[in-house]
Amino acid sequence: MKRRLEFRNVTKRFTSRKGDSVTAVSGLDFHIDDGEIVSIIGPSGCGKSTLLNMGSGLDPATEGEVYVDGELVTKPNAHVAFMLQKDLLLPWRTIRENVEFGLEVQHRSSAERHTIALELLRKCRLSDFVDHYPHQLSGGMRQRAALARTLAVDPAVLLMDEPFSALDAQTKMVLQQDLGRTLAETGKTALFVTHDLVEAIALSHRVLVMSQRPGRIIREIIVDIPDMGNPMARRKHQRVGGYIAELMELLHIEEAVA
Amino acid sequence: MDIDLSDPLTKRMMALSGLLFVLFLVAWEWLPGLMNIPPFIIPPVSKVWSEFLRMLATEHLMYHTAITAMQVIVGFVLGMLLGMAAGFLLGMSPTAEFVLSPYILALQIAPKVAFAPLFVIWFGYTVYPKILVAVLIVFFPIMVNVLGAVRSIDPDIVRLAKSFTASRLQIFRMIEFPASLGPLFAGLRIAATLAVIGVVVGELVGGNTGLGYLLSFGEGAGNTAMVFVSIIMLTLIGILLYGAIVFIENRVLHFMPARDRRSA
Repeated sequence: MKRRLEFRNVTKRFTSRKGDSVTAVSGLDFHIDDGEIVSIIGPSGCGKSTLLNMGSGLDPATEGEVYVDGELVTKPNAHVAFMLQKDLLLPWRTIRENVEFGLEVQHRSSAERHTIALELLRKCRLSDFVDHYPHQLSGGMRQRAALARTLAVDPAVLLMDEPFSALDAQTKMVLQQDLGRTLAETGKTALFVTHDLVEAIALSHRVLVMSQRPGRIIREIIVDIPDMGNPMARRKHQRVGGYIAELMELLHIEEAVA
Repeated sequence: MDIDLSDPLTKRMMALSGLLFVLFLVAWEWLPGLMNIPPFIIPPVSKVWSEFLRMLATEHLMYHTAITAMQVIVGFVLGMLLGMAAGFLLGMSPTAEFVLSPYILALQIAPKVAFAPLFVIWFGYTVYPKILVAVLIVFFPIMVNVLGAVRSIDPDIVRLAKSFTASRLQIFRMIEFPASLGPLFAGLRIAATLAVIGVVVGELVGGNTGLGYLLSFGEGAGNTAMVFVSIIMLTLIGILLYGAIVFIENRVLHFMPARDRRSA
């Protein structure tokens, strides 16, 4: 199986304002195969976002290497695209123009951009809002447009940093369903950072659990639930409870209230 | 501002506004006389109108107006371009902003019109001192607004563009420049009125052209109506410039909801 994303013994250290060296993540060693969706879950401040930044090439690793599609990542590249909690849509561009943003950066022809954007907006159920401006859309719709923009550049790997955490619970479930279905249809590979235990289980093949800072991976949970294209159904599966209990124990959630 | 002419409420408000103008003209014509205010303090509107016609015929009013308007426009455009350039450069380089900020602040606080006599010393009774005062006075609101706009761009938007492998030029063209347009136009509207002030002060200080010259000439001759005409012409230049900015703004910033535009 082809390895889409690979972290080889990666450590990231920052120099704090006082001049001390702070280790954000340490000894990360994992890979994601083609078509796999992997979630990363961990306490806040454990370096999950640092990990995504290294994957996208925005931040270099202090030690170790990151590979995307077998290529060493040293700078931003067209193989990965990321999506954040904020939709980051540009207010002066219509929804279609926003979806075309990455393609325009990559100098694709306007006819080609058009075709790709319209097709993805259809998949993301935004066909009626192609020429609207972001401020005319609801939060959930904007985040769907952000997903379309991420998919438009046809990345080998999608890096997602809590993309749904700003949405209300019901919109969130709808978007998870959209994402699960779209990823299953397109066979995309994704690394998904989240705080939401159920979201991690519903959407991914595997869940990696990280420790407190300096973040390291302390457990890998393989989610043995069928039907990846239907997170809504996966949520209701009988094995979800067991996985949640395991995650809660690993993250010491019950101890926090004791 | 989007004015819907078909809206009956808008129609009524416009009629009210027009009625107010007529009332104002009537009051201007007869109220000073009724209150025993002599015409050399407040000349009635009919006197100002006949003075306007006289100035058109014998004082080259249109020539002086055109000179002033030209200086306002040239000063405005140059000040805008320089302000934008400085705003973008400082916005992109925090180091440059830090090093230059005390000097910029000092220049910003200094009353720009006070430079007019200095510029007259440097350039004589030409158009240049007037244009220069306008440039200086227009520069700051534009620079400050553009700088603020570049600074307030969400760094994550830039990171997103970089992750799509955007070049520095693409980031400027696709993010920083369009993001600055809202604050830029807010600055331009302020600058439009300031540019007229800059030019008039320059003309008052020295020279024999422009509305500022007619203004001080009228004052010296004790011709109050002439002063009124000059003030009205200056106001008209300001209104036309301001209107042109708003016109362009409504076309450029059409993506913004109207209420955000007005408060910008």
